[in-house]
Amino acid sequence: MADFFMNHPLGIALLIIGQIFLLVIPLLVALAFLMYADRKIWAAVQMRRGPNVVGVFGLLQSFADFGKYIVKEVVVPAGADKSVFFMAPMVSLVMALIAWAVIPFNDGWVLSNINVAILYVFAVSSLEVYGVIMGGWASNSKYPFLGSLRSAAQMISYEVSIGLIIIGVIISSGSMNFGDIVRSQDGDWGVFNWYWLPHFPMLFLFLISALAETNRPPFDLPEAESELVAGYQVEYSSTPFLLFMIGELVAVVLMCALISLMFFGGWLSPVPFLPDGIVWMILKMGFVFFIFSMVKAITPRYRYDQLMRLGWKVFLPFSLVWVVFVAFAAKFEWFWGVYARWTVGG
Amino acid sequence: MSVFAFYLFAISVIAGGLFTVISRNPVHSVLWLILSFLSAAGLFVLLGAEFVAMLLVIVYVGAVAVLFLFVVMMLDIDFAELKAEMARYMPLALLIGLVILMQFVMAFGAWEANAAAEGLRAQAIPVDRHNTEALGLILYDQYFLLFQLAGLILLVAMIGAIVLTLRHRKDVKRQDVVAQMMRDPAKAMELKDVKSGQGL
Repeated sequence: MADFFMNHPLGIALLIIGQIFLLVIPLLVALAFLMYADRKIWAAVQMRRGPNVVGVFGLLQSFADFGKYIVKEVVVPAGADKSVFFMAPMVSLVMALIAWAVIPFNDGWVLSNINVAILYVFAVSSLEVYGVIMGGWASNSKYPFLGSLRSAAQMISYEVSIGLIIIGVIISSGSMNFGDIVRSQDGDWGVFNWYWLPHFPMLFLFLISALAETNRPPFDLPEAESELVAGYQVEYSSTPFLLFMIGELVAVVLMCALISLMFFGGWLSPVPFLPDGIVWMILKMGFVFFIFSMVKAITPRYRYDQLMRLGWKVFLPFSLVWVVFVAFAAKFEWFWGVYARWTVGG
Repeated sequence: MSVFAFYLFAISVIAGGLFTVISRNPVHSVLWLILSFLSAAGLFVLLGAEFVAMLLVIVYVGAVAVLFLFVVMMLDIDFAELKAEMARYMPLALLIGLVILMQFVMAFGAWEANAAAEGLRAQAIPVDRHNTEALGLILYDQYFLLFQLAGLILLVAMIGAIVLTLRHRKDVKRQDVVAQMMRDPAKAMELKDVKSGQGL
């Protein structure tokens, strides 16, 4: 039996498919509750109750929404480019999901342990913009098109600073594999060994860039109700709309996972006397998601020119200078070598 | 398994390229081109050059093709006119295509690789280090100056493009961020006591 799964091509394929299901199904179920948590936090800040009807405390609200979406009628605009119109939400969801292939949840608990994992995530997240552009163009309507242009320009702009911040972390850990990045943050001082301390300004820059990259408030300009209708999704209904929505949220959770892996030590325990494990990873992701929700609830929306200025004139120069600084600090081992962890720790 | 993957990627590179040329809609052409790029990245992965594959996806698919798509979507193209133009130039295009095909056949038909040259051929997968490291050593160690020079040339080209297209128009209202941030309620509004029946 073990031989069949290890050596036979069919067995290997079945094993990989099984692993994929083992990753994707818990992820999607968790997503339903994260969506609920998002709405509850938002409601709590605004002193409302939020969803509280379906199930105990409204816990099943997301599943009810899911059912509602899939039984509705799919409306396609008359002038739409049908094939591209339906491909766009699929691209959006698939690109958000395949990035999880390289995300480790515990030491060695990863679907595909590749050398260039962090570049892979970056590449896949740069492809997510196609769902937006294709959706906006294929609808053959003015408002989705304007929304998609805004959204795409925003995503491309913030990808640049995300890339530079990632380079800083790569220099510090000397590897592009998430496992190595986390292991290089291991040390005797627990929480103070993680990269949030030496890379402190970059943590904020990454958080803000992640908000802009995933079109979350306060950067949800493509969906700005006061100016546009609903961005690139105007003409979408039913299941295609649901796919867009899930894709967007999966991308948000992916950013949470990236932040916890790169800056908060992934599965490492914050205090030396507690064991490391998957529970830390999940707690950290939940914490970052809570921050995302709070930002959504308490910040007003940016203006578009402010957003572009922030991305190109503030974040890009700052992260570029930071890369140079980290490179020098790592090479000459300034500050007791905290920027050159491949020589000190793992 | 990898042979199967090779043929899958190879066929989709060629099919993507073919449909890029024959698609009636330019946006579809760009989308096919993207498929072609992605499959080429897949071929790089099969060769063991995963770093190059990722860069291909990030640079060409994530940035260059997005710009293509932007430009093509904004263009107002008259397809009928385009078709008429194409019919006019078809014989010439066919002639050029035939000549290039003949050249390829003649060149590659008579091509025999020297046994000594085969031995000199660079190894795709370095045995002692993984290929990101190998690429880094070549670019930043062996050919450091040339690499920096290439970067400088690109920078000059970029600055040139910006200088050529940047125009400061007087009639466009620009947002002055510093002025906006320096505003306070005292400067932003003024209370006036207006008597009834009189304007300001």
